[in-house]
Amino acid sequence: MEFVDSVAAWLLDPAHWAGPDGIPTRIGEHLLLSVGPLLAAVVVALPLGLYIGHTGRGAFLAVNLSNIGRALPSLGILGIFLPITAGLGLGFGVPPTVIALFALAIPPIVTNTFTGIREVDPELIEAGRGMGMRERELLAKVELPLAMPIVLAGLRTSAVQVVATATLGAVLGTGGLGRYIIDGIKQQDDPRLFVGAVIVALLAIATELAFAALQRAAVSPGIRASGRSAPALAVDARPPI
Amino acid sequence: MARSNSPERRLYHAGVNGASGAVVAFERVTKRYPGGSDQAAVNDLTFTIPAGQICVLVGPSGSGKTTTMKMVNRLIEPTSGRVTIDGTDVMSLPAVELRRKIGYVIQQVGLFPHLTVAENVAVVPRLLRWKEQRTRDRVDELLDLVGLDPATYRARYPAELSGGERQRVGVVRAMAADPAVMLMDEPFGAVDPIRRDRLQNEFLRLQAKVRKTIVFVTHDVDEAIKMADRIAILQKGGILAQYDTPDAILAKPASEFVERFVGADRGLKRLSLGRVQDLPLIEAVLVHAGEPRAEARKRLEQQGATRYALLVDDRRRPLGWIDHRELEGDGIVDPSVATPGAPTLERESTLRDALSALLTSSVQLGAVVDERDAVIGLISVDGIGEVLRAPVAAEPAS
Amino acid sequence: MPDEPLIRFDWIVDNIGEIGRRLGEHLVMTVIAVLVGFVISFALALLIRRYHALAGPVLGVSGVLYTVPSLALFALVLPFTGLSLLSAEIALVSYTVLILVRNLLTGLDSVPPDVTEAAVGMGFTPSQRLWRIELPIALPVIVAGLRIATVTTIGLVTVTSLIGQGGLGYLIVTIGINQFFPTPIYVGAILSVALAIGADIGLLRVQHALTPWARARASSG
Repeated sequence: MEFVDSVAAWLLDPAHWAGPDGIPTRIGEHLLLSVGPLLAAVVVALPLGLYIGHTGRGAFLAVNLSNIGRALPSLGILGIFLPITAGLGLGFGVPPTVIALFALAIPPIVTNTFTGIREVDPELIEAGRGMGMRERELLAKVELPLAMPIVLAGLRTSAVQVVATATLGAVLGTGGLGRYIIDGIKQQDDPRLFVGAVIVALLAIATELAFAALQRAAVSPGIRASGRSAPALAVDARPPI
Repeated sequence: MARSNSPERRLYHAGVNGASGAVVAFERVTKRYPGGSDQAAVNDLTFTIPAGQICVLVGPSGSGKTTTMKMVNRLIEPTSGRVTIDGTDVMSLPAVELRRKIGYVIQQVGLFPHLTVAENVAVVPRLLRWKEQRTRDRVDELLDLVGLDPATYRARYPAELSGGERQRVGVVRAMAADPAVMLMDEPFGAVDPIRRDRLQNEFLRLQAKVRKTIVFVTHDVDEAIKMADRIAILQKGGILAQYDTPDAILAKPASEFVERFVGADRGLKRLSLGRVQDLPLIEAVLVHAGEPRAEARKRLEQQGATRYALLVDDRRRPLGWIDHRELEGDGIVDPSVATPGAPTLERESTLRDALSALLTSSVQLGAVVDERDAVIGLISVDGIGEVLRAPVAAEPAS
Repeated sequence: MPDEPLIRFDWIVDNIGEIGRRLGEHLVMTVIAVLVGFVISFALALLIRRYHALAGPVLGVSGVLYTVPSLALFALVLPFTGLSLLSAEIALVSYTVLILVRNLLTGLDSVPPDVTEAAVGMGFTPSQRLWRIELPIALPVIVAGLRIATVTTIGLVTVTSLIGQGGLGYLIVTIGINQFFPTPIYVGAILSVALAIGADIGLLRVQHALTPWARARASSG
């Protein structure tokens, strides 16, 4: 088929593997674009989720954050930050994108962490308190390990979402694999946009699998044996738009 | 001991129109599951249920009682042997058609939550394409039969009903198309004992009118004794240990298994064969709150049989016992001095339940009520004792 | 963009026709995706119930598809069906199918076993059981799934502007971002949120209307 040939030809062209528009570069850009906001979100959202889960304050927010988040289109979120950062003189491209990705990554982590902590058997917590554990110790040694499967599910959802939405950053002018798609559409370059799509799809799937493996590995053997690990679909999974 | 075919009981069991049920027969029925253990689920079962009678299948878990019942409406098909209804092999009819002609009641009832009570009861008539008016009339008739006022209950949803109400709707739903045969799998198992007792009594009253052939599964020997015309005791491996009337099984257990299963208190269990209606009823002295004491005292003295008057409300429902000493002097009857009594009994309650209730009551008297909970008389422990002392005659197992 | 106020209301007023048109396009694309997706999911769910072996492949494939970023999925379809509504709908339907197949299966599984047993024992044919008993009972779960699918699709439709379709994404990207004009960005984003919330509430109302029995509660014994 003609199309298959053109894709093959595109991939075999060494020019597409080097330089600022080369495949490795774009992949690298894409990952950089994703990792930063994700880590930042973990730093903010995980403690927040732990706090809300442990104390129960702000539960309404935690539960509904994801519902609200689901209704907001990613493109809209990206677009919203653009004029703000532009107005602040930060420019286009990366700044609004990372801010938007950061915002997107927070809800799944908060909601899942909150839910995970909530589902810990209250009797265990009471036992811990009875043994003289302080609140912080309880959190670290009892609640968090038990909540791990759901917390990691939230992390997984967040990661996949960020990787997926980073693709759209190209609309705002960033690099990354989305660049191939946007440029491909503009230039009517089918092989380019197809390859870009395939690579980013594989990247997203790889992210999903990697975090799934992390989920399995990080769950304590005791819990794993009880069959509680790795819920199939994380709480409030949002499609990767 | 009151005979199980005492005149009252015989009358009670003869329907107004005679039996309307069909004869259900098991001929060498066996059920084996492939790949399972060597033991069959049901093994070479042969017995016949006469038309219009209640046959209770009872046995420990694993005895195949539910499997046996389900072979009547082909939810399970026999590996060998035949199940016939009025001579027709159940396998010769299309399953769906067969099931629409057999009433089916299960323990959790399975009322359809998205349909109203009326729509639930109307399910099978509608499947059989009855005319709408006939269906509507039938629904109202049935709801009335179990004491659920159609006007109130027709439009309710199952979620709005209590457990006892749901069971009742489940039973009439199975009867809606007037089937000749009904299958009931622990139908009263999901409610508390007091309610269960009333449901059983209600069902017996119903059966007296409609006379269907009932295949009834339970693990509770006492329920079996109370409800059955025939009992089929099954043991592990689906083997029939004994098939006989309750009286015969208690009097002459066919094997050690049956003896053990029925329980060591066989003698006491025979009390379950008698009913409250077999006892002479003591006339109750009924008093109402606010009545002049002198009146009440005089009536109690005239009756002379008991020391207690029964406080009732304006619908003759019992509220408590009043010791004769509380009726001394002038003034009016004060409701607060009444001692609350034991749970009330109905005519169909077994003597065993009655004795149990009386022994726990502080006054050793029981109030017998009708379907509307109005008092019709009293019974006493002495009354039961008299019945126990009567000579026992042999009864042929038929 | 410096010195551009974030929202220029006069622009909104001047272009209310265009805004309305894009909103309409957005709605149409959503409805098509959800309806077609539902029909396909319904067929798949019934097939899976009948042939259990299908569950693995179907759920597996749709699970994988769900992970693929939307822009990528649109782009994968592009070389074959071009910058067309068909391309957009193929991808949109794929996403709704994942949500709805799982959801339909869950809904049908939510029918209490005693209800199913009673239905079989009373003499319903399998088809009567499905349409008269199981589906009505599963309705709350099914509508919940439709709500999620609809809200999700509304968000996804914004991305279709990048492959030449209209909708609110057109306001956000083509007029807004690409022309350095903030107002349509906010109009597009806010309208799409409003649409999502409106659809969610609307479907919830429909669910309540169709299932009066789900809210019935015992009042007394």
